[in-house]
Amino acid sequence: MVARVQIPQQAKRGEVIEVRIAIQHPMETGFRFDLLGRAIPKNVINNLSVRYNGAEVFRAELGSGIAANPYVQFCTVAEASGEFVFEWMDDAGQRGAERASITISG
Amino acid sequence: MGAPARRRFISVLAGLAAAPLWPGRAARAQDDPFAPLLRKITGGATVNPGRVTVDTPRLADNGHSVPLKVSVVSPMTAADHVRSITLLSGRNPRPLIATFHLGPKAGRPEVATRVRLNGSQRVLAVAQLSDGSYWSGSAEVEVTESACLDAS
Repeated sequence: MVARVQIPQQAKRGEVIEVRIAIQHPMETGFRFDLLGRAIPKNVINNLSVRYNGAEVFRAELGSGIAANPYVQFCTVAEASGEFVFEWMDDAGQRGAERASITISG
Repeated sequence: MGAPARRRFISVLAGLAAAPLWPGRAARAQDDPFAPLLRKITGGATVNPGRVTVDTPRLADNGHSVPLKVSVVSPMTAADHVRSITLLSGRNPRPLIATFHLGPKAGRPEVATRVRLNGSQRVLAVAQLSDGSYWSGSAEVEVTESACLDAS
């Protein structure tokens, strides 16, 4: 699964930074039908977790009420240079991951 | 038509005029659509109004993707922070939209996303603070084109 993650490349220690992630996913509600009238099974990204240098800073349980290609934005405090690891899973059991690194100055 | 019959007929007409066109909709507006789900989320704890702001366009052209931002008034320290934010829809077939878990390291108690809305409705956000109390805020969204989640 393709995803786009946006965090500042550099930040000061203690600064509150914005973290954004958008994942390419249809977020099927399970209420739609295909051209042959068959119900399309529900398949949404149900879990998204974000770890910053190993510690979980954010977790979300999503449902079919989240728009297709889910976008989530949250904040966290920049503490040390390192890596953000984003991991998610959908109803079909498919997993995805994305990483982004940040450098702390001062 | 005799006088009593006419009187009865007129009273029936008056009753019809007074009754709402769609009784179901009027009844739904009166009792809180969030109450049963809120009980499940909070385990019966009281939900205080306030401290939570839901930011969303008053009028959404398209229910498929409505930008929405929730912010909570909290110092976000280890002793006093927002533990989680739950988003509820007043009209979607699945009212639970999402739950976001934050912590003291979030810095700013603020989460933004894009939601699907099945028609004009009130969107409620419930925040649980570190002391276990629940606070809520809501926003009314007018949706021109519904996301038609229930295939109707």
